[in-house]
Amino acid sequence: MTAGIDEGLRSELQRQGVWVTSMQELYNWGRRNSIWPLQFGLACCAIEMIATAASRYDIARFGGEVFRPSPRQADLMIVAGTVTKKMAPQIVRLYNQMPDPKYVISMGACAISGGPFKQGYNVLKGIDRYIPVDVYIPGCPPRPEALLHAFMELQRKIDGQKLTGDNKAEHLDPGQPSEFPVPAFGEHDLEPAANPDLFHPPTIQR
Amino acid sequence: MTPNPYFFIVIFVGVALAFPILPLALAWLWRKFFQPSKPGVEKNATYECGVESLGEAQVQFRSQYYLYCIIFLIFDVEAVFLVPFAVAFTGLPVGAFIAILVFLLLLIEGLIWAWSKGCLDWAR
Repeated sequence: MTAGIDEGLRSELQRQGVWVTSMQELYNWGRRNSIWPLQFGLACCAIEMIATAASRYDIARFGGEVFRPSPRQADLMIVAGTVTKKMAPQIVRLYNQMPDPKYVISMGACAISGGPFKQGYNVLKGIDRYIPVDVYIPGCPPRPEALLHAFMELQRKIDGQKLTGDNKAEHLDPGQPSEFPVPAFGEHDLEPAANPDLFHPPTIQR
Repeated sequence: MTPNPYFFIVIFVGVALAFPILPLALAWLWRKFFQPSKPGVEKNATYECGVESLGEAQVQFRSQYYLYCIIFLIFDVEAVFLVPFAVAFTGLPVGAFIAILVFLLLLIEGLIWAWSKGCLDWAR
């Protein structure tokens, strides 16, 4: 299905007005040009996200303007802002309720690591402790162009996902979980503090 | 032979049926052959706001506000009477003035009565 046609032959055919495609390409073309984000914002990054969706930056050029108020209809979760520990279970639950295939953009320093509030007692030190993140955007807050860039990176990732074979897309693997455990409030902190299957921070060798 | 003039409606109905059914059928086929089904407790939950639902949906509320509403209605009607009174105030004879004063006193008495009965207290 994937290695059906030689790339040179394809471009030659295109020049003659014959368009040849594969199932995988058609599928990925449709998916990457109609990414529907989940409509929710957490902090100041959400303002930049709103600006990205508005006419000046116009995420509609990339097919991402349909912000869905329901997780059941969304493909992409843009974690835009500071994730407090009070909000983290809700975010994981919303992520769990999204249908596969689903993607996550971690927008801004706070969503990546806690950002300027990292030392705070109430701020989660990165949403990737609980849900898998596809694209990270640094910045405080990132400009709309940065979000558009992340969106394009995500489109590139979707474009490269295989339907068959050994390295096919994760969401097509029946063994890959679609839901991740929702953290609960413990005595001092969220428990567990991170999903051990998911969160592998680099360790510094001294 | 000319086709039936209503033939285009048949075509129209056919297109109208195919338009929703075709994508739904394609999506169904795709799910059947490619996409593994991954249902779950969270995913199949009824609510989709992210917050866990608590208790039952069939909860009874006390209609504590209805006394407020009735008293408000009475005084609203009083205001309707007061507006023409205030407009025609300078040209009113003494009898009319006393009549409206009696009307006001009656309502004020009613307010004091309702107040003393505790109708203006919340959640009796």
